Amino acid sequence: MLLDSYVLGASGGFNGGDIVFQLIMFIILLALIKKFAWGPLMGIMNQREEHIAGEIEAAEASRVEAKKLLEEQKLLLKEARTEAQTLIESAKKQGEAQREEIIVAARAEGDRLKNSAKLEIEQQKEQAVSAIREQVASLSVLVASKVIEKELSAADQEKLINEYIQEAGEKQ
Amino acid sequence: MDHGAPLREFMGLTFNLSNILMITVASAIVFLIAVISTRRLAMKPTGMQNFFEWVMDFVKNIINSNMAWKDGGRFHVLGITLIMYVFVSNMLGLPFAVTYNHELWWKSPTADPVVTLTLAAMVVGLSHYYGVRVKGLKEYGKDFFKPMWFMFPLKIIEEFANTLTLGLRLYGNIYAGEILLTLLAGSLATGFLGHAVAVLPTLLWMGFSVFIGAIQAFIFCMLTMVYMSHKVSHDH
Repeated sequence: MLLDSYVLGASGGFNGGDIVFQLIMFIILLALIKKFAWGPLMGIMNQREEHIAGEIEAAEASRVEAKKLLEEQKLLLKEARTEAQTLIESAKKQGEAQREEIIVAARAEGDRLKNSAKLEIEQQKEQAVSAIREQVASLSVLVASKVIEKELSAADQEKLINEYIQEAGEKQ
Repeated sequence: MDHGAPLREFMGLTFNLSNILMITVASAIVFLIAVISTRRLAMKPTGMQNFFEWVMDFVKNIINSNMAWKDGGRFHVLGITLIMYVFVSNMLGLPFAVTYNHELWWKSPTADPVVTLTLAAMVVGLSHYYGVRVKGLKEYGKDFFKPMWFMFPLKIIEEFANTLTLGLRLYGNIYAGEILLTLLAGSLATGFLGHAVAVLPTLLWMGFSVFIGAIQAFIFCMLTMVYMSHKVSHDH
């Protein structure tokens, strides 16, 4: 009696109704799940797939663009660097030239100053020498006249004067 | 365990009302899970949507392991419905069994060979239908004589064997589990000593039954796809 319930089909008879019901229920369930769950979910999964693909593509594109920009920036930087280099170079050259110029000008100025000073000194010396000569001449005349005054008579004096005058006349 | 089944005659067919009830309950639960999972669909899935997408991916992997998605994509819904329905059915009988007037009402619908064999026959029938539809009647017929003509009788037997094993494997596993649970529950009710002895095995067997139920649902779905691929794929 107890074992009966374990035996296949022992529950009695052929349950055709169960078979039909199970089949119909399963087909209904299949249709419902397809309509309410599978369809929408498949749709959103496809949508997500497309979205991800799009995002990946966009990322790829922006990566390429970033790379391009980076190259551009690198190039610009390089250009700027060389430009700065040339600027510095030219400034250095200019400075050098200016230095040379200033030195030359200063040297010329110094020479000029030195020359003019020399000239002036020469002039002053000449002046002084001539002044001294004059002084010496008059002094010597004075001394001579003082000496002569004592020993010369009027006649001798006149004779001397005349000789001088003559001499002077011959010289001219 | 020696309870009868609530059999009723209606329109010349015999209905086991407990099967009717449990098939309806299982279908309703599966449908509810599906609807709740997909009520708020979002690009960024959360909660139940994640679960259902996981189920879809799981079935998709099962199909992909047997045939090309080009051939097997059409069985996706079938696989999802089968695996969920069988799993829910297996689980239904675990927590309790309800008898009324010495008739067993609440049990796993898959603990009845009629139900499992119906599902198995449906699967095998579908595989034949799709075999004809995809390959044409001639190619489909030729498959019965491959690789040698004398294999024909074996091929015919194979189809029936497939149906029987597919259905009875599921039935056997679940029914045996329920029998053992009933026995254990019976000893739980025999007093303090019986209770003390039976508590641990009952818990263990419950856990193991959950495992068996899940495995059987997976196997049922897997074998469905194997049979389908035999009939649908070209390289066999």
